Order: sequence, then C-alpha cells, then structure tokens
Amino acid sequence: MDILTLFIVVPVLTVIVLLFVNKLEKARLIALAGMIIQLIMSINLINEYMKARAAGDHAIMLFERNVPWYSDFNANYHIGVDGVSVLMILLTTLIVIAGIFVSWKIDYMPKEFFISLIVLASGVYGFFISLDLFTMFVFYEIAVIPMYLLIGIWGSGPREYAAMKLTLMLMGASALLLVSLFGIYYYSGTNGMEPTFDLMELANRKMDFAAQKIFYPLAFIGFGTIGALFPFHTWSPDGHASAPTAVSMLHAGVLMKLGGYGIFRFIMFLMPEGALFWQDFFLILAVTGVTYGAMAAIQQTDLKYINAYSSVSHLGLVLFALLMINKTAWNGAMLQSLSHGFITALFFALIGMIYGRTHVRDITKMTGMMRIVPFLGVAYVIAALANLGLPGFSGFVAEMNIFMGGFLNNDLYKQAMTVFAVSSIVVTAVYMLRLVGRMLYGPVTTVYTNLPKAFWYEKVAIGILVLFITLIGTLPFWWLQFIQESVDNFIKPLVH
Amino acid sequence: MDMQNLLLMRDEIVLTAILLLMLVAEIIIPQKHKKSLVHFGLILFLIYTIQSFFPQNTGELFGGSYKTYALAHFFKAVLAVGVMTILLQSVEWIEQKLLPYDFTAEFFILIFSSLLGLNFMISAGDFLMFYLGLELSTMPIIALSAFDFYNHRSVEAGIKYVMLASVSSAILLFGVSLIYATTGSIYFEAISGAMHLPLLEIIGLIMIFIGIGFKISLVPFHFWAADVYEGAPTVISNYLSVISKGAAVYVLMTLLFVTFTAFQKEWDYIMYGIAILTMFIGNLFALRQKNMKRFLAFSSVAQAGFILLALLSHDELGVKAIIFFLLIYIFSNVAAFGVVHLISLKAGTENMDDYNGLYQTNPRLSLILMIALFSLAGIPPVAGFFAKFFLYSAAASKGYYLLVFIAVVNVTISLYYYLLPVRAAFLRKSENPIPSIKSDFYSKISFIFIMVGLLVLGLYSGVLEYISQMSNIF
Repeated sequence: MDILTLFIVVPVLTVIVLLFVNKLEKARLIALAGMIIQLIMSINLINEYMKARAAGDHAIMLFERNVPWYSDFNANYHIGVDGVSVLMILLTTLIVIAGIFVSWKIDYMPKEFFISLIVLASGVYGFFISLDLFTMFVFYEIAVIPMYLLIGIWGSGPREYAAMKLTLMLMGASALLLVSLFGIYYYSGTNGMEPTFDLMELANRKMDFAAQKIFYPLAFIGFGTIGALFPFHTWSPDGHASAPTAVSMLHAGVLMKLGGYGIFRFIMFLMPEGALFWQDFFLILAVTGVTYGAMAAIQQTDLKYINAYSSVSHLGLVLFALLMINKTAWNGAMLQSLSHGFITALFFALIGMIYGRTHVRDITKMTGMMRIVPFLGVAYVIAALANLGLPGFSGFVAEMNIFMGGFLNNDLYKQAMTVFAVSSIVVTAVYMLRLVGRMLYGPVTTVYTNLPKAFWYEKVAIGILVLFITLIGTLPFWWLQFIQESVDNFIKPLVH
Repeated sequence: MDMQNLLLMRDEIVLTAILLLMLVAEIIIPQKHKKSLVHFGLILFLIYTIQSFFPQNTGELFGGSYKTYALAHFFKAVLAVGVMTILLQSVEWIEQKLLPYDFTAEFFILIFSSLLGLNFMISAGDFLMFYLGLELSTMPIIALSAFDFYNHRSVEAGIKYVMLASVSSAILLFGVSLIYATTGSIYFEAISGAMHLPLLEIIGLIMIFIGIGFKISLVPFHFWAADVYEGAPTVISNYLSVISKGAAVYVLMTLLFVTFTAFQKEWDYIMYGIAILTMFIGNLFALRQKNMKRFLAFSSVAQAGFILLALLSHDELGVKAIIFFLLIYIFSNVAAFGVVHLISLKAGTENMDDYNGLYQTNPRLSLILMIALFSLAGIPPVAGFFAKFFLYSAAASKGYYLLVFIAVVNVTISLYYYLLPVRAAFLRKSENPIPSIKSDFYSKISFIFIMVGLLVLGLYSGVLEYISQMSNIF
C-alpha cells in the first residue's frame, strides 16, 4: 500500500478498533495512538517529499497513484501530493492530536466522540490527497457530515439549531459544487474525448469559456461557503459557538481550509478564464468578509463569537489573496491557511479550557484571569499577538505576503481593495488587545480565584500549537519552499 | 413450444410452484404445527431467490408477449433479494399477528403472487401481458394492505388503495386502447414502428404514464401514498415503497426508452416538470411529518422524483443509473422501514418524538436507522450517494444542469428531514425512551445483510460494471 492511502487506512482502522471499546480511558488512548501513527507518517511524508525534490523529481505531484474506481464514468481513485498538501496533512494531524488532548476528559459518550472526530479527519486527509474530482467530492462530504453529530451531541447552547444550520449550508454549498463538477466533467468530453474527472488530465483540456463563466462562480461559492465567503459565512459563528472545543479547533483549523485549498487546487486551476472574468466581483465579497468579520468581532462579548468572526475575517484574507492572482499573494494565502489553522485552534483550545473552568464565555464577566490561570493567560496573549500579526509569529509572515501581493497589482481597483483589507489589521488589533486587557488583566474576579491551574494534557495541546505558530513565524522560508513550487505550478494557467 | 423454451420463464415457473406448494402446505400441515409454515415459506422463497441468480437464456415466448433478457432477469433477482429481506424482517410480525388467526399461508401466497405479477410486468412484450402483470401485482396488495384487520386504519388503507388502483388501471387501459386504435397493435415492438397519429398517441402515452405514475407515486398521483403506507402493515408499506415501485419504474423506463422513442422530445418536457414537482412536493410534505411511516412515504415520493432525472437521458447511462439506484434504494428503504417496523412492533409507537434517546437504549438500531437515512439522503461513503451521483450524471450528460441544480437543492432540503430522526435518536434525551429491543434472529440476518450491502455496494464499483454490461436494452 502506498504511503498516501495509509493516511486514510490508519484512521479507518482506528475507528474500527474504537468500536470495540467503551471506556474513556481506552478510547482516548486508542484515538491518540492512531493519530500518533498519523503524525509519524506525516513527518515521514515530509521527509520523503524533500528527498524526492532534492533528488530532482520535479513532477507536479509526487507519490501519485491512479486506480480505476468507477471506470464507466472515468472516475478514478487518483491521489498524489505536492508541497501544499503535505503541509496541510501535517496541520490536520497536529490539530487532531491537540484536539484529542483537549478532549482528554470528555465524559459523555467518549467512544462515539472520538469515532466522529476521526471519521471527519479521514475525510479531510482524503480531500487533501485527491487528484480526482470524484474522489475529492466523496471525501469532502465525508468530512462535512460528522460535524452534525459532533455539534449536535456534544455541543452547547442552541446546538441542534447550529448543527442543522451548519450541515444544511455546507451541503447546499456542496450541491453548487456538484453541479459545477458535472459541468467540468461533461465539457471535458466535448471534443470527442471521453469525459474525465482527473485533475491533471482536465488541466490539459481547455474548457469552453462560456461554460467557465457559468460553472466557475458556482464552484467558487461552493468552496467559498466552507471557506467563510461573505455572505455565506453565517453557519460558521453559530457552528463555532455551539461546537465542543476539539470540534471548534478542527473545524476552524482544518475544515474551513478546505475552501481555500479547493479553490486553489481545483477550480482556479481548471477554469482560469472564468476566474479572471469573475475576479473583481468575488474580490468585493472577499474584502467585505475581511472587514465585516473584523467589525463584527468588535461587537461581540462572547469569546467564541469573537474568535469565530475573527476567523471569518482571516479566512477572508485567504480568499482575498487567491483572488489577487499573483505568486506572492498565493504564497501568502497558503501560509495564512496554515498559520490561521494553528492560531485559531489555539484560541479555541484556550477558550474551551477557560470555559471549562468558569462556565462563562462572556468577557465582561471575568477579569484578571492572568493571575488565576497564568499558563492559559500567557498562551492567550501569544495567540492574540499572533492573530493580530506580530512579527515572530506565523500571522505576520502570512499577512505580509498577502498584502505585498495585493499591492503588486498595477491596477488601482485592486490596490484600493487591498487598502480596505489592510485596514482590518487595525481592527483586529483593537478587538484582540481589548479582549486581552479586559479578560486577562485588571482586578481578579473573586469567584474564580480557586480555579485549577492548567493540567498536563492541556499544556501538551497548547505546547504543540504554540510551537508551530512560532516555527512558521521564525522560519517562514522553510515552509515557503513547499508552498512556492506548488503555487508556481498551479498559477501557471492564470498568469501569462 | 418445447421444454427448453418454457425454461425461459424459469423465474415465474419456480415462483408459481412455490406459491402452489405453500397452498398445499397450508392444507396438509395440521393446526398445531402451523408455525412451521413460516419457516417453510422462507425456505421456499430462499430457493427462489437463489435460483434467480443463476444465468438465464434470453429469448421470447408466446409470439413476443413474454420476453426475457439479461437486464430483466437481473432486475427480477434484485426484487427477489428485496422481498427476501422484507420477509425476514416480518417473521416476528407474522408469528405475533397472523399466526393466531391462521393467516400465515395467505400472507406468503399473496406476496408471492404479487411478485409474480411484477415479474410478468417486467418481462412483458405487449400491453396485454403488461396489464395482466400489473393487475396480478396490485390485487394481492389490496388484500395485504388491509391485513391488520383489527385496525381500522389498515382497512381504510385497503379501501383507498383499491379505489385509486382501479381508477388508475382504468385510465391506463384507456391509454392502451388509444394506442391500439392508432397503431393497430399491442406489441411494444410493433407499436414503435407503426405510430402515425402523434396527438392521439401522446394522449394515450400520457394516460399510460398516469397509470404507472400512480404505482411510482409521482406527483400529482401520490395522494394515496401517505395514507396507505401509514395504515397498511409496515411490511406491506415496505413492499409498496420499494418492490412495487421499483418494478413500475423499470417498466416505465423500458416503455420510454424502447417503445415510445418517437416522442422523446415532448416527453422530456413532461418529465422535466413532473420531476421538479415530485421532488419538491415530496420533500416539502415530508418536512412536517411526525409519523415515521408517513415520513418515509413522502420521502419515497421525493425519491421517485430523482429517478425521473435519469429518464431524461434516453441512453445506456440512464439505464444503468436507474437500475443501480433502484438496487441501492431497495436496500436503504428496506433498512429504514425495517427499523420502523421493529420499533412499532415491539414498542408500539411510530411517532418520531418517541424516538428521542433511542441511541441510549438501542445503539445498533439507531446506527442502522442513521446509515439507512444517510443512504437515502445521499451521503458518502454510504451507497446512496453513489446511486444519486449517477442519476445526476445521467441528467447532466444531456445538458440538464438546471435540473441537476434543482435536484441537489432538493437533496439539501431532504437532508433536513432525514436528519430529524437522527436528531431524535442521537441528539435528544428522553425521560422514558423506547426500551431496549431484542430483535429476532431473522431480523438480525436481514439487517446485517443490508448494512453490508449499503456500505459495500457504493465503494465497490463491480456491481455497477456488472449492470452496465447488460444495460444495452435498445
């Protein structure tokens, strides 16, 4: 079995083993063991990948495997990775591991929780390695549906409403995507050739411009919805607010990345003319999302809502960067996907831990937390600073690339849009610093003085995430080497 | 006509034989051993099911009235498997409700003869055989719908079904006579070559379509579905929603693809409209149902709308998409009805609110229900996703992107109500949930079989390839 398929097989096996245990102690150990194997495989994959590149293998995709699946429809199980997907796989693994540590004490139906979490992860892995639109779509849907159970069963607040809203909006979006996939598929067969779902094969066939104009926006909205494209982002704040901690982490950290990744990997690559045609229109939506998300975050007092809107704003930047269509911006977009993944997962982990102690998420109701839970407090400050783009952390390098890329355009419209997008940084600083000031410093709220300090498993989860935030921030070029060659290949159809 | 030729009707002959054996058994088995009739019936039907998988020669009988070919034979086997699983699920019900009144043999005989009718309908080469098959399949269902005779709803269901079935049959016959009037033939092959009065023929075809549409419960001929499904014994609702509907779809498909090819264009408009109507009405009504059987009834109306998508393609792709969908649909719906049946039998409730907290007491049953509903909604990796995907694919191949779009919007609507029972079973908690249910041996076998089918059929592409080898029916 090839090293990529194992990324799906290991989670599936983990799920099967989990079916036979009942106790929390065993379930979490098995889940962790499965994911540690994934981590070892992810690191091994990076290693193998770098070796192959160093040895001069400059194929667009490495470790490819193409097995016919539904041969009647020319739909294959075609997998392979390039730099971006390798990093995304690493991100997924780390966040799932951190998520397992955060859920170390989950007491209600632990087995089912870990099963759903890992099924979701296996869908995400499959999505990141797919090079066939059919396979991609199957994995995409597998990744979305466990969310319903995860939020519905283990969530808080209006969990049924949030779970249903999220599922329906994402499924509705995938409906648009599906129509677009059929368009791509059947238009690839117009010259007497057999239609195909294969990404690499499709890239060689020119899709009709008139068809691109119709199917590109459908696919963009389809992927954009999961990537929190304004105005289709409304599932995300409600979903985040109700989801249990580990699910929020995985959701904001990984699942929402599928949107940007899908646009980068599949639809802009396959429909370049459509992308250029619709560029200006979607740019307005993306920039609106960036500024609106930041403004909305200011208004919130609930920790989770603040972070959810902050996610809308920061993921809006990913879409914004992709729409700028130049290498610098795209490098930034992919780096932002990674960076935001770690930062937002850290946020949600911390929010979960604080909420677990105080049972309050309202920032006006707790002050001086730094003295009560210093470890969590420091981690929160790190997350906040990384989020507002302080140099040394991952947010800075990503956003730097994005805005540089934005200004590289000679066209006034895009530069003006960039100015709007840049302004969101200031707003981000406002709500992040205000939150830190209010919640962490100031007089200690007396009812909370006896809260327990951070437990070891919480420290492990936080440690992993902080480590990678600083690694990206201090060694950006190590990460960019993976991203750059991938971006170079995938931007080719768009820039002449 | 020698023996060799007669063997072309092997499926029907074996089915008739076991039907008669059942009749004989009913007479000779003494009163105190009546219970063994159930096992006898199951074994007989198992024999029939197994034989239906053996290869069959192709050919025709009675001067073309009866035709058999690979696809028809395969589809009969699919129906046999479907009926087999339904029978397995109904054992306990038969023993509890029918055995005391000594109706066991009647139940089997009626089911068998209805299936016999469907088999003839599938193999029909002319309208006479088609009509005979249709009636033979309908009559037993009427009796069976009213089989819960101590329940007035069941009797009501029987009456409703007999009234509407006879009206639809009458309309269908009128249509057939119009076709006969213009073409001078009732043979499908002869008809397709002899059409020359388009207006009358289209009216005839529409009338035939109404007759079949009633069976498939297409909107606006779906009004009976909810009431009959609700009133009839769950086993029979199950049979109506998958077996009888599946066979009717098959016949509609062959009629449109093979016989009435001349009206393809006119026909596509009608199909387009009816598909949209059926999906929307089925889905919108399903949203508000609290009774699980009514809920599944409207869900099965909506599913019929999706099938129409592939009828627009008029090619092999459409044929295999439909057959594959029907196969998966039978599996998914039998599973969903099976759970509802078991709960209704053991806990005496069909109300969705009573399903609250089901997972706490009946984890396996809840899981089966969830997988079945996910399959109906079309969520991977469950087989239903692949089946729906190919239906859309068939419509998209002819450029009906808008229709595909409407269909996927409907899938999203349907996802809402398919998630409602899941919500009740998994998300909600209840003060007094349905007590833990111990299902009998036969139900277990049928559920295991269906679950394996639902999980394997989609991921394993071999079945679709097998179907596509024989989907050239043109």
